[in-house]
Amino acid sequence: MTLHPILAALRKHKSGVVLIALQIALTLAIVCNALFIIGQRIHNINQPTGLVEEDLFLVSQQWVGTPGSDTAAGAERLDAMQKEDLAALRSMPDVASVAPTTSLPLYSSSRVGSVGINPGNGEYDSTSKGTALASYFFMDEQALTTLGLKLVSGRFFHADEVQHYSGGEQRTPDLIVITKAMAEKLFPDKDAVGQVLYLDGAAAPTRVIGVVERLQGAVWAKTFAWNGVLVPARLNSTYSRYAVRARPGRRDAAMKAVPSVLYGVNPMRVLDDEESVKSFERIRNDAYQSDMGMAILMGVVSVILIGVTATGIVGLTSFWVGQRRKQIGVRRALGARKVDILHYFQLENLTIACGGAIIGILLALGLNFWLMRNFGMDRIPVPWVIVGVAAVLLLGQFAVFVPARRASNVPPVAATRSV
Amino acid sequence: MLRYYLELAVRSLKRSPGLTALMVLAIGFGVAASMTTYSVFRAVSGDPIPWKSSRLFVPQIDAWGPSAHRDGSIEPVDALSYTDAMALMRDHRAKLQSPIYIISSSVVPTRPGEHPFNVSGHVVYGEFFPMVEAPFRYGSGWSADDDRQRSAVAVISSKLNRKLFGGENSIGKSVNVEGRNYRVVGVLDEWNPQPRFYDIQNTGGFSTASDDLFLPFERAIEWGIPNDGNTGCVKPPEESGFVGLQRSSCVWLGYLAQLDNAKAVSAYRDYLESYARDQQHSGRFTWAPNIRLHDLPAWLVSEQVVPSDTKISLLVALGLLVVCLVNTSGLLLAKFLRRSGEIGVRRALGAGRLAIYAQFLTEAGMIGVAGGLLGIALTGVGILGVGVVLPKGTAALATLDMSLLLLTLAVAVFATLLAGLYPTFRAARVQPAWQLKSN
Repeated sequence: MTLHPILAALRKHKSGVVLIALQIALTLAIVCNALFIIGQRIHNINQPTGLVEEDLFLVSQQWVGTPGSDTAAGAERLDAMQKEDLAALRSMPDVASVAPTTSLPLYSSSRVGSVGINPGNGEYDSTSKGTALASYFFMDEQALTTLGLKLVSGRFFHADEVQHYSGGEQRTPDLIVITKAMAEKLFPDKDAVGQVLYLDGAAAPTRVIGVVERLQGAVWAKTFAWNGVLVPARLNSTYSRYAVRARPGRRDAAMKAVPSVLYGVNPMRVLDDEESVKSFERIRNDAYQSDMGMAILMGVVSVILIGVTATGIVGLTSFWVGQRRKQIGVRRALGARKVDILHYFQLENLTIACGGAIIGILLALGLNFWLMRNFGMDRIPVPWVIVGVAAVLLLGQFAVFVPARRASNVPPVAATRSV
Repeated sequence: MLRYYLELAVRSLKRSPGLTALMVLAIGFGVAASMTTYSVFRAVSGDPIPWKSSRLFVPQIDAWGPSAHRDGSIEPVDALSYTDAMALMRDHRAKLQSPIYIISSSVVPTRPGEHPFNVSGHVVYGEFFPMVEAPFRYGSGWSADDDRQRSAVAVISSKLNRKLFGGENSIGKSVNVEGRNYRVVGVLDEWNPQPRFYDIQNTGGFSTASDDLFLPFERAIEWGIPNDGNTGCVKPPEESGFVGLQRSSCVWLGYLAQLDNAKAVSAYRDYLESYARDQQHSGRFTWAPNIRLHDLPAWLVSEQVVPSDTKISLLVALGLLVVCLVNTSGLLLAKFLRRSGEIGVRRALGAGRLAIYAQFLTEAGMIGVAGGLLGIALTGVGILGVGVVLPKGTAALATLDMSLLLLTLAVAVFATLLAGLYPTFRAARVQPAWQLKSN
């Protein structure tokens, strides 16, 4: 079968053809970009944080009426209170291990600083060569097991290396553990273990004693999400946070028991709101809620769009079939088989859809470019567009099948009847 | 005549229920998707204090200099250092003004046996309340004297008042914050402006956490109630603790000033400029003055309060609506042209082109109304769905009110009429003679 009769027939229905082609083009443009957005968000959500997330939860609490951590005595008192809490939590039956920490991956509150391979001049510097932004985690020696971090080289902290000082104090630690991403960025061609780094523009060096596989920063730390610095210290302030690993399957029971245990140690504290004892699962869900929401929204829009376009094709092709009953009858009477009629409408749709897809590719790339310029989206990779084109062509074929089959069932006798 | 056209339209729509349903569904879904995303957009791009926003200003002073601008922009950072905020407050050049910082403090209930709990709040000067026109249920804000004498007074929200005092008039009672007593001088009415314009830096504009406690600035500073918000530094503070933060170049304070007319605005801008120049002369800044004075609407834009996700969603949904319209246009074209014979007869019997226009646009309008009604129902579903998928802070703001309802219907009808224009134009061009002959 040649295209010639199809093109000749289409010329008679210019406006209908243009409308279908336009609809296919717009659908392709929007669905391509929507699916790309979905793909990116799902990719974000599925990134591992570096933690073993099951059975992990975070306790954040605040003491009331304490002297504050600005004096040395105050800091000592707060550290003693923190140690009491840790001991109480560690002795709970459903708890496997506990570590004090200032933050966890994807948590909203996080401390960020700059790290460099050369001595600093007292100012933060994350733009020069050999420097980087990083999320800081202040933890003790039990953090490795509690968080389920994977050590890839060197060693983790020993108990006697863990210091404690006021959270408001700037102190340069003697040693740190860093993440692999950070190590590869700052020491591209040597082992980071044993090297020195300079934190927050300090002139005094800090030695790297170990490297962990990964530890993600706060959800807003987009450009430096994988740069992490673990400092062996309990920070003392009027609030404290404890990462708790429950025994397998006992997370909810452990979470439920935490408030009464901590109130038992000291009732003068804030621990009542639902943010105080929070499973990592919820921290993760909260962090990615807007990504998830966007993916769902784009998915819903894409489904509606595809549905509308498919029904549009069905509707208009049905109309054409009805209009051409007589011509179809003539063709059948002249010897065309049912399958020829079927193929005719399928090929017709393919022709229109191809035309629409060509415009659609341009629109898709244009929309993507516009989103890149205005909203900092990434460039859509070519395979996505190709998949999109294939999808709308298939969609067209799928939608045209029912009316085309009805056309193929038009009996030859229709040629002899008027309308 | 309209009744006749309505009758014709109903008859025509009934004749092909499948096609009619397709069109109504397309319009309904298209409009609902647009309206759902629009309701979110409308919620986050609203003016929180429309009668006054053009008279509220946020001053910015570049406290870090050009070397801190990492990405090549020259915009000063969006918060003030303690030194600068206090200097602006001391000079007192605006009609009303206040530095602002966010706190998260423990409150100890008066009833024995209850555990302390956390409240979020802000530390401000007394001028803040008349400036933002915060509504009071009982009492009022504190006076300039209270600010000067560092009185231990507090303004609390009605929510905190319910929690602590059962909702009764609690003026004169004391509230225990961080172990110290403050006398309640005012209880706010329900007040939760969105976006929370006086603290965009820490809330991003939208927050489900209520703002329950307001304390006097100098009292809070002296008693060391720490900042619970973002702190930005180009270098670590040289001294430790909250006092070290106050003496550092770190920025952590918001600032709001009321300037009533253009003259006051330009005078304040000159003042900021001369303040920054004085800092340069005294050697504290080693760079030329770089100041900004945005009014509230411009400030909300520069802080990008409307999330780009919201804009993209609205855009994509509008694209969906366009596709639905193109789709409806195609289906209407098919439907109208199928009735060429009928049109031919009407034309031959004397109906003018205008009459054909009226007839077919009535039919399109009817589909629009049906699509709009479906759209309203689906928008309702959509807004419920938004509550599930979007962060609570913004989702809670998206509501289906009367104006959105009417807008949904209006958009549906207008869009369908638009889609019907071309098919109607084609229908009106049908040649009566040719149609009659071919029949």
